[in-house]
Amino acid sequence: MSGFDQGRGSDVLDVEERARFEQLVLPHLDAAFNLARWLLKSREDSEDVTQEAMLRAFRFFRGFHGGDARAWLLQIVRNTCYTWLEKNRPMELMMEFDEELHPQPSVSPETLAIAGDNRERLGRALETLPPRFREVLVLRELEGCSYKEIAAITAIPIGTVMSALARARQRLQRALTQAPVQEAPREL
Amino acid sequence: MSCDYTRTALHGYLDGELDASRSAEFERHLEGCRECAKVLQTEESLRSVLQRSGLCESAPISLRKKIRAELDKATATPVAQRIAFWRWAAVAASILVVATIAWYAWPQLGTTRNPEAAPFTAAELIDAHIRSLQPGHLTDVPSTDQHTVKPWFGGKLDFAPPVKDFADDGFSLVGGRLDVLGGRSVAVLVYARRKHFINVFVLPTKEPDTPIHPPGLRQGYQWLHWRHQGMEYCAVSDVSVADLHELAQLLYQ
Repeated sequence: MSGFDQGRGSDVLDVEERARFEQLVLPHLDAAFNLARWLLKSREDSEDVTQEAMLRAFRFFRGFHGGDARAWLLQIVRNTCYTWLEKNRPMELMMEFDEELHPQPSVSPETLAIAGDNRERLGRALETLPPRFREVLVLRELEGCSYKEIAAITAIPIGTVMSALARARQRLQRALTQAPVQEAPREL
Repeated sequence: MSCDYTRTALHGYLDGELDASRSAEFERHLEGCRECAKVLQTEESLRSVLQRSGLCESAPISLRKKIRAELDKATATPVAQRIAFWRWAAVAASILVVATIAWYAWPQLGTTRNPEAAPFTAAELIDAHIRSLQPGHLTDVPSTDQHTVKPWFGGKLDFAPPVKDFADDGFSLVGGRLDVLGGRSVAVLVYARRKHFINVFVLPTKEPDTPIHPPGLRQGYQWLHWRHQGMEYCAVSDVSVADLHELAQLLYQ
C-alpha cells in the first residue's frame, strides 16, 4: 500500500479551507505531538517539530481529498521527525532494525506487569528501542491505529506490520525486564 | 522460543487483525500449543501495561497557541482585518448590552433580543474549556457517580443542574466543577469521550426551549448551545461534531 498523496503545497489557504482544516486535522494535534514526543524523546524538540509538521500539513491540505485525516497528519509528522533526526541525531537512525532475534527465555505475565508498573521505567525501556520499533508500538498501543493505518503512516508494506510489531514487542519486553531496577531512593 | 506463530499470527490475533478463517486456524493451534498460550498471555500483559501506563502525552497549550498564530499568518484573510472585525464585534456587543439594559430599564418598550442566542461568546466558552484542561482544573468533584456529583452542587449554586452519566453510550461522567463565565456562576459537567474531554456549562434561564443549535467552530474546538426545561446548556470540546451532537441529544432527553 502506498502512502497518501501529500499534494502540492500552497502558502496561503482561504478561510473556508482553514475551517475545514480546523475541523478535520487540528483535533489530532495530541496524537501528532505524542508520536513526535516518542520519536524524538524530548518534549521541547517535539513542540518545534510538531509545529513545523502542522504547518506543512496546512500547506499540503489542498492535496488531502478526504479519508483518514489522522493517518494523513501522522504521516507528515513522522516524515518531519525523521528529517529532523537525520539532521540532528544521525546516529539514532543507524540503530539496527533487522536484528536477528535470539531465542529468549520467555517472560512471565506477572514479571512483566510488575516491571511495567513504573511509568518512568516503561518510558525509558521504550526509548531504548530503535525508532522504527518505537513508532509501531506507539501507533498501535498508545494511539490504537489499525495495521492499515500503521502501514500508511510508516510507509512499510501492510504485510510486514504484524512482524514489525512482533519484534518490537519482544524488544520492549527484553528492555523492560533486563533494565536494572531503579526504584525511588529508599528512606531510612 | 520456537513456534513460528509467536512471531506472526499470534500478534494479528492479539490485535484483532486476522480474518475469520485465519483467526479460527490460530485458535485451533492455540489449543495444542502451550508456548503460544503462554506468549499470548505475556503479550496481553504487555498491552495492558502500555495502555494503563499514561505514556500518552498531550500537546501543551503553548503549542496550540503557536500553531494557531502560524495558521493565522498562513490564512488568506489578513489578520489585521480580522482584528478589526473582532474590535467592531466588541463595539457592537457593547452597544447591544447597553441597549438590552435600556430595554429592561423601560419595560414598556418591550424586548426584542435575539431569543435564541447563547449567553456567552465563543471566546469565553473556548477559553473556559482550555483553562479546564490545564492540570488540576478539570473538576472540583471528580466522580463518575451522578449521585455524588449532583448533591455536590447543592448549596453552591442557586439552582440544581441535571446530572446524568452516559457511560453506556460512550460518554462517561468524569465529574463536575463551578466556573464563572461572563460574570455568572455556572455548573460544569465534565464528560470523557475516548481521550477527549467535553465541558457542558449549565445555568438557569427564563427563556423558552430552543433546539440544539448548529455547531460553532473555532481554534479546532466545537460547541453547541440549547435551552431545555429552564436550563441553558453550552457543550464544548475537540471531539467531532457528530460526537458532540450525540451527547447533546442524550442530555436533551
